[in-house]
Amino acid sequence: MPAVEIHNFSKRYGAVTAVEDLSFSIPQGQLVGLLGPNGAGKTTTMSALLGVLLPTAGTVQVLGVDMVHDRFRALPVMNFSSPYVELPYRLTVKQNLIVYGGLYNIPNLRARITEIAQELNFTHLLERKAGKLSAGQKTRVALAKAMLNKPKVLLLDEPTASLDPDSADQMRTFISNYRAQTGATILLASHNMAEVEQLCDHILMMKAGRLVDQGTPAELVARYGEENLEKVFLSIARENQGEHQNAA
Amino acid sequence: MPRSVNHSLQRIGAVLLRYLFLLRSSWPRLIELAFWPTLEMIIWGFTSRYFSQHTDNIAYTAGVLIAGALLWDFLIRSQIGVSMSFLEELWSRNLGHLFISPLRPWEWIVALIASSIMRVLVAVVPAVLLAIVFYHYNLFSLGLPLVGFIGCLFVMGWWFGFLVISVILRFGTGAEVLAWMLIYAIAPISAVFYPVAILPHWLQAIAFILPSSHIFEGMRAIIIHGYFDAAQMAWAVGLNIVYLFIGVAVLWFSLQNARYRGAILVVGE
Repeated sequence: MPAVEIHNFSKRYGAVTAVEDLSFSIPQGQLVGLLGPNGAGKTTTMSALLGVLLPTAGTVQVLGVDMVHDRFRALPVMNFSSPYVELPYRLTVKQNLIVYGGLYNIPNLRARITEIAQELNFTHLLERKAGKLSAGQKTRVALAKAMLNKPKVLLLDEPTASLDPDSADQMRTFISNYRAQTGATILLASHNMAEVEQLCDHILMMKAGRLVDQGTPAELVARYGEENLEKVFLSIARENQGEHQNAA
Repeated sequence: MPRSVNHSLQRIGAVLLRYLFLLRSSWPRLIELAFWPTLEMIIWGFTSRYFSQHTDNIAYTAGVLIAGALLWDFLIRSQIGVSMSFLEELWSRNLGHLFISPLRPWEWIVALIASSIMRVLVAVVPAVLLAIVFYHYNLFSLGLPLVGFIGCLFVMGWWFGFLVISVILRFGTGAEVLAWMLIYAIAPISAVFYPVAILPHWLQAIAFILPSSHIFEGMRAIIIHGYFDAAQMAWAVGLNIVYLFIGVAVLWFSLQNARYRGAILVVGE
């Protein structure tokens, strides 16, 4: 059973098409990058995977669970982190993690909070209000919230946004180790191509609501005859992907 | 206790804890909660005292005004308690995290209700106690029916709050002023300080379909005439059951609609 399976997924808002006829599946344990320029449909796709967006057409399954009608069977073993969805800013970091630990029914919650704070190196921030954190600190705490329930399927939107290079590298190591230790499936949306190239087994390239190409980072780089993934991204974003795909 | 029930209670407790942390972290919020009911009680308390010295009208001398003010506060604080808890999520852009968690919509609704009870107790209990100290008016002198009145006002605040949340979910934070405004729109026809009979006939018909008008008529029956009007209570309970069902249904539909529009992750932005 694939961890994620999307079949003929479309989402339209009146005359505007956000995603059109999208199909892909992710085997369990893979770390997959979801790439595309702004407006490509990445957030729409992630929202549908989280069950907070109803498709206009198609099916969305996570761990075999239909996310339209039965999402509460999958949500306890999923999680999500995004710099654009914040944690309550008047609560301290610890209070936030206590609340979310309760929502995910985490056993031995206090110990889990201590553990994740040590792993992500923010023990000193636990008593600080979330609203007083720097952008980079918020990103780390948001990742901690997403890791509280040790998810089997983790969706990460810009997981290293606003982090300095050292912190970003620590986060990447953490994500990579987590996947290696738990066999979790991770879908990562990022505009940091070096990060995607370093972390991901497979890449889904979206543009204007469609899946325009996919493959391993090495396959894509070779297919487009570019130096690196960033150049591939630019090539696709600038609409010359058709000939490459045909050639592939 | 079955594991699923235990998990549900834990999730409801977690949301409630979130609002408790919020209240605890901000003393101005705590003061603000109790400030308005206390201020209203003081104003209406002095008004009652003035009337008691300058009129023979038993309605004014028997504490109708002060009881009305206190019970009215139960209603508006109950409604604002529900709406504010929701707005707190919008303002902190946290709604997305809540709805991608295993928290079921019904658990969230129960948590909103529990939060509303918590906020009402913080807001109104000080005013009720101060009324005893300053004006020798004891709301508990209404006796056992008081439990029914307060219960009905709580429920009315909840379903009214669900309707307000539904409107804000549909139209975004631009509509948040409705959280404070709408409930006051029904004050004139709720007959808080005067009987329904004083309203024009066409307004009486509207007042009749509001549980609040039956509750305040029932309150006056006890204070002025010394009897419990079971019919008024029955109307209030019956109407509340119908409206609570409608309120929950509308909120559920609004959440589904927000899922359809993809608004859950972005609402509040």
